[in-house]
Amino acid sequence: MSCQLAADNVLYANGLYRLVYDLVGTILPCWLSYVIAGLVMIFVLVNAVLLGAAVITWAERRLLGRFQNRVGPNRWGPFGLFQPLADLLKLLTKEDLTPDGADKPVFALVPILMVAPLVMMTAVIPFAENTSLAALNVGVLYILAVSSITSIAIFMAGWSSNNRYAMFGAARSVAVLISYEVPVVLSLLGVVMVAASMSLGSIVEAQVLPFFLVQPLAFFVFMAGMSAELNRSPFDVAEAESEIIAGYHTEYSGVKFALIQAAEFGGVGVVSAIAATLFLGGWSGPWSEYLGWLWFLIKTGAIVFLFIWFRATYPRLRIDQIMAVSWKFLLPLSLVNLAAVTLEVFLLRGPEGVLTTGDLGIMAVINVVVTVVAIWVFGNLIRDRVKFQARQPSDVVVPGVTTIEVH
Amino acid sequence: MYGFAMVKGLLVTLKNLTRKPFTIQYPEERARQHPRFRGEEFVWYEERCTGCASCAKYCPLGIIKIVTSPSESAIPQGDKYRLEVFDIELQRCMFCGLCVEACPYDALFMGSGFEQGQYSRKNMVITIDQLRNAEKHPSTWFRPQLEGYEGEPSSGRGSRSIAQGDSRFTYDPRGGPPLGWREVGREGWRWHQREKAGMRLDTESAEQAGAGDE
Amino acid sequence: MTIRTEPMTVNVGPQHPSTHGVFRVRITFDGEDIVEVEPVFGYLHRGTEKLAEERNYVQVVTLTDRLDYTSSMINNQAYCIAVERLLGVEPPPRAKYLRTLTAELQRIAAHLIAVGFFVQELGAFGTPLMYAFRSRERILELFEMLCGARITVSYMRPGGVFADAPREFWPALDRFLEDFEVEFAEMEQLLLENEILMIRTRGVSPIPPEVAVNNSVSGPVLRASGVNWDWRKQDPYDAYDQVEFDVPVGSHWDNYDRFWVRIQEVHQSLRIIRQCIEQIEPGPARLELPLVLRPDPGREAYGRVEASKGELAFYLVSDGGIAPYRCKIRSPSLINLTIIEELLVGWKLADMIVSLGSIDINMGEVDR
Repeated sequence: MSCQLAADNVLYANGLYRLVYDLVGTILPCWLSYVIAGLVMIFVLVNAVLLGAAVITWAERRLLGRFQNRVGPNRWGPFGLFQPLADLLKLLTKEDLTPDGADKPVFALVPILMVAPLVMMTAVIPFAENTSLAALNVGVLYILAVSSITSIAIFMAGWSSNNRYAMFGAARSVAVLISYEVPVVLSLLGVVMVAASMSLGSIVEAQVLPFFLVQPLAFFVFMAGMSAELNRSPFDVAEAESEIIAGYHTEYSGVKFALIQAAEFGGVGVVSAIAATLFLGGWSGPWSEYLGWLWFLIKTGAIVFLFIWFRATYPRLRIDQIMAVSWKFLLPLSLVNLAAVTLEVFLLRGPEGVLTTGDLGIMAVINVVVTVVAIWVFGNLIRDRVKFQARQPSDVVVPGVTTIEVH
Repeated sequence: MYGFAMVKGLLVTLKNLTRKPFTIQYPEERARQHPRFRGEEFVWYEERCTGCASCAKYCPLGIIKIVTSPSESAIPQGDKYRLEVFDIELQRCMFCGLCVEACPYDALFMGSGFEQGQYSRKNMVITIDQLRNAEKHPSTWFRPQLEGYEGEPSSGRGSRSIAQGDSRFTYDPRGGPPLGWREVGREGWRWHQREKAGMRLDTESAEQAGAGDE
Repeated sequence: MTIRTEPMTVNVGPQHPSTHGVFRVRITFDGEDIVEVEPVFGYLHRGTEKLAEERNYVQVVTLTDRLDYTSSMINNQAYCIAVERLLGVEPPPRAKYLRTLTAELQRIAAHLIAVGFFVQELGAFGTPLMYAFRSRERILELFEMLCGARITVSYMRPGGVFADAPREFWPALDRFLEDFEVEFAEMEQLLLENEILMIRTRGVSPIPPEVAVNNSVSGPVLRASGVNWDWRKQDPYDAYDQVEFDVPVGSHWDNYDRFWVRIQEVHQSLRIIRQCIEQIEPGPARLELPLVLRPDPGREAYGRVEASKGELAFYLVSDGGIAPYRCKIRSPSLINLTIIEELLVGWKLADMIVSLGSIDINMGEVDR
């Protein structure tokens, strides 16, 4: 007995899925093998995300250590590689506390809701040629839609914890997430326009010249927006540990905390993978038919390194300043990028509507100039805004240095 | 240009990424411990102790307990008492070293170790037997005679030119051999000489002590 | 449509990651804006003043280590100056220079902590703090060389210092100064002009000079408020009349100025240390005083120094016994805390943490 995949499924199914499907299909009914193959893929993806989270936890702690002239965790395993496992074991053995007065079902649901979108986002990422679980033709849209679930999860965490610090964190986080969606979406619009497709696979194939060169401004806005959405420095107000303890997950402990941490670091990995796909050319590179996965991993690693590097360097912005950065700095930048890319695509593309490598090169040159000018102009504008935002609570104006005589 | 300092900051952290870590991996490596380090495990020389309990009186926390009785055999050696109890409650000690400063006969020294962790507080009392039997690695805290340049003029500007490798600085309390009571006296030290009339020891030992100093 | 909001009271501390110890402050928020502040302290009260009445004059030195545990050398110095005034004695010049030198080293260490934690509270994930601690570690190593302890030094005694510096101290000090220049320049490069730090702190929580003076604020906080007042200049003690240094004064009175003044004071401290090394002469490092001091009955003395946080003073009264009859500690952190309302009300939650960091309180000193 052999099963045939439905015609539209054949298009999107990757090699591993088909292998499992065919293998199981020889002994089981078709519908069951369809489900089993799906479950196997889900298992693989969930583990990929969690393992990625573990590796990124380790990498972040080691790298932060080295950035700070320390060593970082180095006791468990070679180079401390098993440290995340040890952390996980510790967290699993801890008591799982639910605060008195918490909204218990909502409280318990949050860790799952934090991890689920990540796994769902992973489904459309092409790890190598034709290796995404679902090669959706609206991949970019899907990613933007699914990633918004996190904001609900964070707000649920803050609301259900019955803790005022958690409430602060949740309120901040929702404000930040909603504000930063806008520039991120606008910056991705330029990418979609140049690639003329919303499928991540097609976007990778369109990148004969990586898009971070073609649209540096979009890359900048996307990275800044994603730092904010991931609560990474310098936009990490939602869990600003020096201000509001741990923000929305103040009350979480034990395995729930482990899941939230996994979601946080897994989020870094997934977002880096998306950034690598959209802007660094994903799996493309020399010998990409065999080494595509390696190129993909290297590019993702580079973006993860950038996130860690920023975290090691920058202080955090205040919530109103973060909003200002979003609406007064990133939004205009993304609009400038969109306008520039629209014009360029309109003027450069050939009669059949395709951009050649030469066109992309011209765009890159123009857009680098546009990026530098735009960042300079809007940077100076926002600096003045920030400067005059400072309140002067005192009516007394004593210019310069005063010396007061004390007898 | 606005934003330039942020790029400079990134470069600073990147530069530090390539540096060797500054920290020391403790159980395998150890930081250099300076001779004056005021460590745990007090060093006590029974031969030098007269049982005067100056240390107990001078301790700000009162954690030294001394019980003495007049000793028949020790009378020829000077007014020496027989010590029955010499307990130091290490768990309350703050290692200020004032007991060492108070001791007029160089009988008590700060130790140089720092690894006396115990699971129970009552195990942290150092008793007279422990003090007697312990290996003696005294710290040079308030004992300049151990630092090896006693008697020379105190150092001023000129002393900065003295090379680091000079053997006179290299008294290492931890690494060196344990010191006996004859080697640790302050007979040559002028500051206290006026205050006391010399060691109350039998003449034979005093001679040996003097020989040991040179 | 009007949205009804109501103020929310949040209890910040005593177990909060950035209240500098066990400081507790009840804050009423309107959204993220602070409308009311009520500091609560005393969680670290150890009765130092009372304990001092039960210990003799030298033993109290060990208690002063534990007041502001980030600047124990300066605490030692303040107390020893008070006792010397009580006895009417003057330490030998070498002791004065050693005290000045170690006090300035300690000031650098304390300011490094203040700056490091200030930036940590701004949200930099430990990096500036670690760089600060890297340099501070070297200073603590020098202290270990001097007196065998790193934090609770008990280095100074009434009448001088407990013992002269070991010879290895001087080359080590030279090496430290050499390396520290580089390390500190790196920190300045990372922080001083950082735009994020600037927009977070410029213009935030300004304390006008009148408010500062009326609240008896002292130290870097006062100088950042534009008042040129430093006890090292106004009432020189130890060797401060022999050395040259400038007093950095802020012009915006805000959080950034309080941070900037500390950075500049580190430079001035380095200058003082260099001059001390040049000027120090051989000689005794301690007066020959008896172990148990007995000042004349009825005498009183007030010894004050410019500590890393402000004016630290000890007021001692003698009744002729071996212990002070009364030991009053004027701790700068406690007095600087009195401006907390001017500092916090009207600003946001994130500014509150930074402003608290900018006045650099130390609970060991506030609660005593």
